Amino acid sequence: MIPAQKDIGALLTGDLAARLPGAVRRLAHSRGECYLHVETARLVETARFLKEELPWQFAFLANLSPVDWLSRVPRFEVVYHLRSLVFNYRLGLKVDVPDESLSLPSLTGVWRAADWLEREAYDLFGIRFAGHPDLRRIMLPDDWEGHPYRRDYPLAGRAGE
Amino acid sequence: MGLIDGRFEKNLATDAVDTVLNLGRAYSLWPVAYGLACCAIEMIHTMTARWDLARFGAEVFRPSPRQADVMIVAGTVTHKMAPILRRLYDQMPEPKFVIAMGGCATAGGPFRTYSVVQGVDTIVPVDIYVEGCPPRPENLIRAFVLLQERVKRMTIAKVPRSPEPPVRIGAHGA
Repeated sequence: MIPAQKDIGALLTGDLAARLPGAVRRLAHSRGECYLHVETARLVETARFLKEELPWQFAFLANLSPVDWLSRVPRFEVVYHLRSLVFNYRLGLKVDVPDESLSLPSLTGVWRAADWLEREAYDLFGIRFAGHPDLRRIMLPDDWEGHPYRRDYPLAGRAGE
Repeated sequence: MGLIDGRFEKNLATDAVDTVLNLGRAYSLWPVAYGLACCAIEMIHTMTARWDLARFGAEVFRPSPRQADVMIVAGTVTHKMAPILRRLYDQMPEPKFVIAMGGCATAGGPFRTYSVVQGVDTIVPVDIYVEGCPPRPENLIRAFVLLQERVKRMTIAKVPRSPEPPVRIGAHGA
């Protein structure tokens, strides 16, 4: 019997607590979705576990969305949206971005799809990904200054317009 | 017409040359096949059998700017696209004309944001502005008719040259 989507949160935390103790900070459920808040230092091994471990197989990194909380410490958070195509699970993987470095370990070694998604996050939010093979802007012109999706970026155009 | 352009005072001969040249120019406007957003869809419709821009002598959309003399800026111009648009314009041979089609090309449209050029006239000189979001094909046809009138006023005679002010076409025609 394959566990249902609504049950995977509890099962996953149990699984991760046994295999990677201390990696998961907390588990949250919201409208049928399941979010794992992971320690930044344990991100890569947790990601690899979720992708490669037989009962989960989150082989598809569907999206990567940074969040700018502006007044919170730490300011930025990154959410990885994972799908398990084999079992039809959805999972959100949340991780805090350290304020000092604004840098996360790159997940390109785990999911190839992370390549462009991390470039987009770097382009629009200015979050760097250590170990990314080609971290440059993906949408804006190369000579652009600033990162427009940050909350403190001016809404109505650039200066002088 | 580099050899005789601006060499003679206005006389019977320049008038005759003007008449022939301008007729030819006005009724064989060749636009660049170049669209940027939803306005481009209306531009394509303008070419279809239902509206048929060819009736007005502007049917030959050229894929190369070197063969074209009208640029229809049909859509939102982003800062990333702006240098490419200018390069296309620079590649077009003189005399050349620009139609800013729709709110985005005219003034940035609804996109008062970091990424959108607030009016294509900050990059290239515009002859006709067409209002609408997007403008109907009738409006674009009207722009071509006005452009033709403008072309027919051109002369090779030696006259004080001042660029004609741009024309604005409202949502229901000028």
